[in-house]
Amino acid sequence: MAKTLTQEFTKGLWEEIAPFRLVLGLCPVLGVTTTVENGIGMGLATTFVLVFSNLLVASLRNIIPSKVRIACFIIIIATFVVVTELLMQAFAYTLFLKLGVFIPLIVVNCIVLGRAEAFASKNSITLSIADGLGIGIGFTLSLAALGSLRELFGANNLTIWTTPTSVIGVQEVFGPHFQPFSFMVQAPGAFVCLGLMLCIMNLLGSK
Amino acid sequence: MRELIKMVIVLTVLAVLSGGLLSGFRNATAARIEVQQLKFVKGPAITAILKGVSNDPIEDRFAIKDGETERKVFVGKFDDKANTVVLESFGKGYGGDIGLMVAINMEDDTIVGAAVTTHSETPGLGARAKGDPGFVSQFKSLSINDSFKVTADGGRVNAMSGATITSRAVCAAATEAGGIYQRMKPQLIEKLKEFNK
Repeated sequence: MAKTLTQEFTKGLWEEIAPFRLVLGLCPVLGVTTTVENGIGMGLATTFVLVFSNLLVASLRNIIPSKVRIACFIIIIATFVVVTELLMQAFAYTLFLKLGVFIPLIVVNCIVLGRAEAFASKNSITLSIADGLGIGIGFTLSLAALGSLRELFGANNLTIWTTPTSVIGVQEVFGPHFQPFSFMVQAPGAFVCLGLMLCIMNLLGSK
Repeated sequence: MRELIKMVIVLTVLAVLSGGLLSGFRNATAARIEVQQLKFVKGPAITAILKGVSNDPIEDRFAIKDGETERKVFVGKFDDKANTVVLESFGKGYGGDIGLMVAINMEDDTIVGAAVTTHSETPGLGARAKGDPGFVSQFKSLSINDSFKVTADGGRVNAMSGATITSRAVCAAATEAGGIYQRMKPQLIEKLKEFNK
């Protein structure tokens, strides 16, 4: 079972990419992926929490009594979620306004608790950080992929980042006469897109 | 028994460390968050309720002491006369504190406008207090010296359907704004004189 650092990192990007392979953490996947920007922002926030909670859980794994481990994990995770929320308010307020309630909801994201319980509480600190980074970046990529599909067809835009004065990204990708499918940016569009992506992932994986 | 003690100690230590870390972060980011809120939340709310103002209310703000707390007041000039002040007050809503900006005309103590700033209400229900201007516009031209209540409590503010707690909280915030205003009125008059020089 001895895996190398790179293996632990890369497994999160493809083999165990959380939303598509493990079908975990779907609440933010469906909720915030109306634009690429929201997807990336949410993904990075989750990655931040994941890396630091994995780091702390792994370093305290011999101290935490097994009977109260879940309570300890939740304290650790909740702390980093609030830290993320404060940092986001201070440095990326527009993003904070868009993501709103989904930031505090990272506390109950089963990916974060799942990695703490299944991986970080049994492995060394370096392996846990690699695991957290890998899963987190995989999660960010998944959100960005779903977000770009939905924004592209639903709003005819691809926004990477907005500042109060300018927008980084492409507007009106298909030209000004394209009529966007507003269905795509609504909740049912999220389910349909996710279903199609799961289907493609399964097709690719079955070979 | 030893196991029990260990569990209690580990959890307590973790919770204490977490609390310490969070209060540190809160202090470190408070000033920046304040600036961001002024720029993105309070600023738009103030400009929305002070339509036709001839100065920049965000620029013309000052802080005065109300007992122990320091309150920020924004000044609005109409026809080159500084006669309007904007205060922020809070009410306890369904999901936490609701911030309400209230603009008051100091000449006749009426409300020029009100707008919800920060809240954590349910989207689609209580959150409409911010998005839908119909509810807060009821406060317009009422006297700030009244206390505000929803019709169900014998007042005259129509609550938003499905969001009575939020509506009550906004009324409570408006009433509180009236209280603050009355306490600070002498100070406010002095301050406005400076702006009218």
